[in-house]
Amino acid sequence: MSDPVLSVRDLVVEIPTRNAVLRPVDHVSYDIEPGEILGVVGESGAGKSMTGNAVIGLLDRPAAIAGGEIRLKGQRIDNLPYEDMRRLRGKEIGMVFQDPLTSLNPLLQIGDQLTETMLAHLEITETEARTRAIAALDEVGIPAAASRIDSYPHEFSGGMRQRVVIALALCAEPSLIIADEPTTALDVSVQAQIIALLKRLCRERRTAVMLVTHDMGVIAEAADRVAVMYAGRLAELGPVRDVVQSPRHPYTEGLMGSTPLASRGQHRLRQIPGSMPRLGSLPDGCAFHPRCPKAQDRCRANPTPSLDADQGRAACWFPVEQLEDAQ
Amino acid sequence: MSILVSVRNLTRVFDVSKPWLNRLIERLPKALLTAVSDVSFDIPEQQVYALVGESGSGKSTIGKMVVGLLNPSDGLVEVEGIDLSRETDIDKVEAVRSDIQMIFQDPFASLNPRWKVRDIIAEPVAAKGGDTDGLAERLLEQVGLSALDAGKFPHEFSGGQRQRICIARALASEPKLIVCDEPTSALDVSVQAQVLNLMSDLKDEFGLTYLFISHDLTVVQHMADKIGVLYLGRLVEEADPDTLFTRPAHPYSQMLLAAAPKMDGFGREVPPPQGEIPDPINPPAGCAFNPRCPLAIDICRKERPELQQIEGARVACHRIEEALAAHRAVEPA
Repeated sequence: MSDPVLSVRDLVVEIPTRNAVLRPVDHVSYDIEPGEILGVVGESGAGKSMTGNAVIGLLDRPAAIAGGEIRLKGQRIDNLPYEDMRRLRGKEIGMVFQDPLTSLNPLLQIGDQLTETMLAHLEITETEARTRAIAALDEVGIPAAASRIDSYPHEFSGGMRQRVVIALALCAEPSLIIADEPTTALDVSVQAQIIALLKRLCRERRTAVMLVTHDMGVIAEAADRVAVMYAGRLAELGPVRDVVQSPRHPYTEGLMGSTPLASRGQHRLRQIPGSMPRLGSLPDGCAFHPRCPKAQDRCRANPTPSLDADQGRAACWFPVEQLEDAQ
Repeated sequence: MSILVSVRNLTRVFDVSKPWLNRLIERLPKALLTAVSDVSFDIPEQQVYALVGESGSGKSTIGKMVVGLLNPSDGLVEVEGIDLSRETDIDKVEAVRSDIQMIFQDPFASLNPRWKVRDIIAEPVAAKGGDTDGLAERLLEQVGLSALDAGKFPHEFSGGQRQRICIARALASEPKLIVCDEPTSALDVSVQAQVLNLMSDLKDEFGLTYLFISHDLTVVQHMADKIGVLYLGRLVEEADPDTLFTRPAHPYSQMLLAAAPKMDGFGREVPPPQGEIPDPINPPAGCAFNPRCPLAIDICRKERPELQQIEGARVACHRIEEALAAHRAVEPA
């Protein structure tokens, strides 16, 4: 019934270098429905942030979209002129970055930063904007919002600052929020507060959220569906419960197994041998085969087919067979 | 089992006042930040003692005082019965110093980019005039790298490999105690698993003792023989992992465990913890946790609770019985 808010098809991001063209994002496809949280996990260098930046049009040159398409509510946005994209950014797509300290301007009061965003994107007066800014701060759980609106970022703690950043991302009422490691810089108890806040906002406003993180625990708690990335490609895509509890791709299986949470009570943690290949020296065939316990000749010779957004869970020639499949 | 490290009433106060002229003109009082306040614990030989806590809880400050990078303001740290900050016999101090090594959080900042790996690893021995022939190569193989890597520079390695080099350097002087300050926080999960496994193996092989500092409860649960939970520079609970994770006694430990993400917590809707760590320059009177504690009563706001022994754990709380009852009500055994 509902069309996806964001629909990414065969997205390719390339970085031309002197020796070769690197592909940090390679044929990635996924959808995000309204009110859905899509978790994107992977290790550093897997291309998760790059995918988010491509969607919001913030790729640093020389990185550029080299293929595929991105649609926001049905409209293509990957080939928009700079000015149109600028109008869209902040209005339709909100962004929450990892470090709340560097994503706020230290010289401006947070009220000014909020009203500036709203005045740029919405047709409202300054007084209205200020009222809305207070309401937005109130909604993200900042106590005494009316008096704290004239504070500077340094007067807030890390958790409170991240709430301000979320208020900033929400104030123009976007239909999609890209949250890039929003809780990585925060303590456990504050992380729980921010995750609960994101989930509540997402549910109440039907905002779609793309949650980029490396923390499996956060994904398990917050996301509805998960996309696992490895060396720029989607390794697995599916509902969170299936991916976490019965992973199909050997990489996902290894990743889930290597978190200390999963190996509770065991003397040794399960580990994946080796490390992720550099983009400049990707192996032939499936990029995971040198580390894969089940790699066969086919994996070494043939690249795995890229995942479609709606069908197929794991990009693997020999996906892990799960018990329920046998039934 | 003998005690290797003994920490008694350890306290560290930092002077964070403005410069004296500003204080004079603006009529400001001195500002003192108590980073660690009256912390006592023992680490038996060949055990892993973990300190957990959120940022600002003083865990790294304790680590630095144990290795001797900071002097305590009060209290003492004894390693093998020798108090490094007060011992006057230089030979004894030197002997103990080479028994203590440290592994830092950021493997990118803790290796000198201009030194070859061989020199980095051999430095703890070379500095004492020891024999470094083939030492780096041997240690590199022990931590899972190749002996040929000794001729390379740090920038040629990934984060996990650099942390292995840091571990090799820590092992060079054949220490008894290694203080690990967030050794895997900067690493990806799959690499973290490799490094943690390596650390467990080396501990068994060399009979090492670890003081393991981390904010990650799951890592601590996996590694530690005993866990100390810190809040605002105070030790609020000390227990072995099984006890702490099945029956946390202090309300803060309970809150911390409930807030940690769980792999089977799909769509979990728990009320998140309230409030944040208070300002350590003006800590609340009485129990430091009282403004956020659901069980706080008058005595919690007046008197600081002492650590008391309870069922194999040490807990500093006035309301232990109530806290235990509250935990049983949430999670029936």
